Amino acid sequence: MSFSVTAPSTRQKWIAGILVIGYALITLLPLIWIVATGFKSSPDAIAYPPKIVFDPTVEGYVNLFTTQTRLIDGNAEAVEDLPWYEKLVRERGNTIVGPSRFSERFFNSVIIGFGSTFFAIVLGTAAAYAFSRFKVPLKDDLLFFILSTRMMPPIAVAIPIFLMFRNLGLNDTHAGMILLYTAVNLSLSVWLINGFIDEIPIEYEEAALIDGYTRFQAFYKVVLPQAATGIASTAIFCLIFAWNEYAFAVLLTSGTAQTAPPFIPTIIGVGGQDWPAVAAGATLFLLPVMVFTILLRKHLLRGITFGAVRK
Amino acid sequence: MAQIRIENVRKEFGAFTAVQSSSFTVEDGEFFMLLGPSGCGKTTTLRMMAGLELPTSGKIYIDGEEVGMKPASKRDIAFVFQMFALYPHMNVGKNMSYPLISQGMPKADVKKRVLEVAQILGIDHILNKSVGGLSGGDRQRVALGRAIVREPKAFLMDEPLGALDAEFRERMAEELRALHDRMGATTVYVTHDQLEAMQMGDKIVVMNHGVVEQFGVPQDIYDWPATKFVANFIGSPPMNFLDFHGIIGSGFDAVDLAGCKISIPEMREGAEGDLTLGVRPEHIHFSDTSEYRGQVVATEYLGTDQIVTLETPNGEVKARIASSVAVAAGEIIGLEFDSRTLTVFSGPKGHALRSSANEKVLAHG
Repeated sequence: MSFSVTAPSTRQKWIAGILVIGYALITLLPLIWIVATGFKSSPDAIAYPPKIVFDPTVEGYVNLFTTQTRLIDGNAEAVEDLPWYEKLVRERGNTIVGPSRFSERFFNSVIIGFGSTFFAIVLGTAAAYAFSRFKVPLKDDLLFFILSTRMMPPIAVAIPIFLMFRNLGLNDTHAGMILLYTAVNLSLSVWLINGFIDEIPIEYEEAALIDGYTRFQAFYKVVLPQAATGIASTAIFCLIFAWNEYAFAVLLTSGTAQTAPPFIPTIIGVGGQDWPAVAAGATLFLLPVMVFTILLRKHLLRGITFGAVRK
Repeated sequence: MAQIRIENVRKEFGAFTAVQSSSFTVEDGEFFMLLGPSGCGKTTTLRMMAGLELPTSGKIYIDGEEVGMKPASKRDIAFVFQMFALYPHMNVGKNMSYPLISQGMPKADVKKRVLEVAQILGIDHILNKSVGGLSGGDRQRVALGRAIVREPKAFLMDEPLGALDAEFRERMAEELRALHDRMGATTVYVTHDQLEAMQMGDKIVVMNHGVVEQFGVPQDIYDWPATKFVANFIGSPPMNFLDFHGIIGSGFDAVDLAGCKISIPEMREGAEGDLTLGVRPEHIHFSDTSEYRGQVVATEYLGTDQIVTLETPNGEVKARIASSVAVAAGEIIGLEFDSRTLTVFSGPKGHALRSSANEKVLAHG
């Protein structure tokens, strides 16, 4: 069997292009559907056959952020003076009685997601540096032990963790969730970052030591900038896990520290099946990780392929 | 600038002994070569001087001060790595100013000093370039620049020319030596290339299996090797070894080789059993009158010289003779040795026996 090394022909390029676009459409369709549903009115959202063309409305977003109640007749305020979102709600005979809990839950997700990522990266980098550079007794066994914490699905230990959290008073607390996600992510971050630091020749640090810097300065000023790519891609993986985690969030949070994933489905139950509001919540929930990933996209690509080629 | 003294330094990595109780002194301003095959402990010795490894036992003095256990950052020395180890996330100028910044030198002074050094090395036009795109030679110069800016007590270099291609290596070697002569800085240089060591060094230490085999000026080491290892490692082709069985007593001035009497420098010590007569290729001459004979196996033409390989009763020898002499394979030729230059080796480790010719060299080796 031989491989062609000539440039692809125009026809081959077309075929490749169609395949890629087709694949992208298939994978992106659910996302497009979610974003579109967020801008539909309730009847449009459940219309059959599904509506591709529809009148866009922000009703879903208004519903997502507000708590409403049925408007009792005789409440004759001047409709013109009301803000635009109240008018929108009035059209369906409702009135806004206050904000919903969505922004709170969303903020919980931000604190817990980014908080646990921060700790997983800081602790992971410190441990990885030590494993990579110092003579750690039983190094290989320790690394294997750290990896072995990933060998079963985390949810398998849900009940012991639930009991522990209850006894320690960590149920439904931000600290508890940050602790849990940090613990789950730590093995990933130690292993990935260890690989990245191993790739950095030790001579750079030695040069810095000779140049009159302490070991910590050498780590901070020479190793860290070079490991930044790897650390950034590890951070994305950690954040995506913590951000999307559903099972533990359902089990361990219910109020104060509830994150967005268990909250969004609860919208369905409030005043009928409000699919546009659910879709609006899902859309907003996707944004931070998307923005974070796009910002670090270059690093991510380099990070994934980093170390694949031996120098 | 400073003198560096190594006293009984020993380094073990677990069960492996990298350096066995070594002692030597690098005088102030010397260009000092640590020479040996790979794995002989020369780099470990250098790293111990730098503070990148701590000795298992023994003492290291820089400028009279014991520094064996001091961290590298406190020793005020510069180190040039084989792979240069330029910080890849900084440009040339930043790389060179890095050692100065750690000392808290004011920014304006740093800039002035870096420019000064860059001009000496001829790299002032690339100060703003990233180190990634530089040629091997320029990287080498930047690495040197980073070492020089700080005016350290000593320069330690770990095969700094090893990563350059052959053509460039020669030029950098000259540049390096010229730079040393200009600055007069104590320099310790690790290499496995005996030619480089002879060409550049004021003094050479030859190491093997973690042991210092000999220590002295290049010519003494070449002419009067202390061991068979040194004799074999230095010189190209290396010293010839003629093995024989016999007795040598103090005061002898000849040995018996296959029934022929070969005169040697007057011996100062004796030995018996399996002995070896060492002779450099250029000290073998063809002579019709000589009774000691060898058969030509091969010739190698090298321009002005040729290397003639001969089979003798005591093993194969290589002779360096003028190209003008016509030699054909199969020919049987009488051989004569410069008696003043011969060395006799004995014992399991092949130590040179002291004679009137080499006793001065061996006394301090």
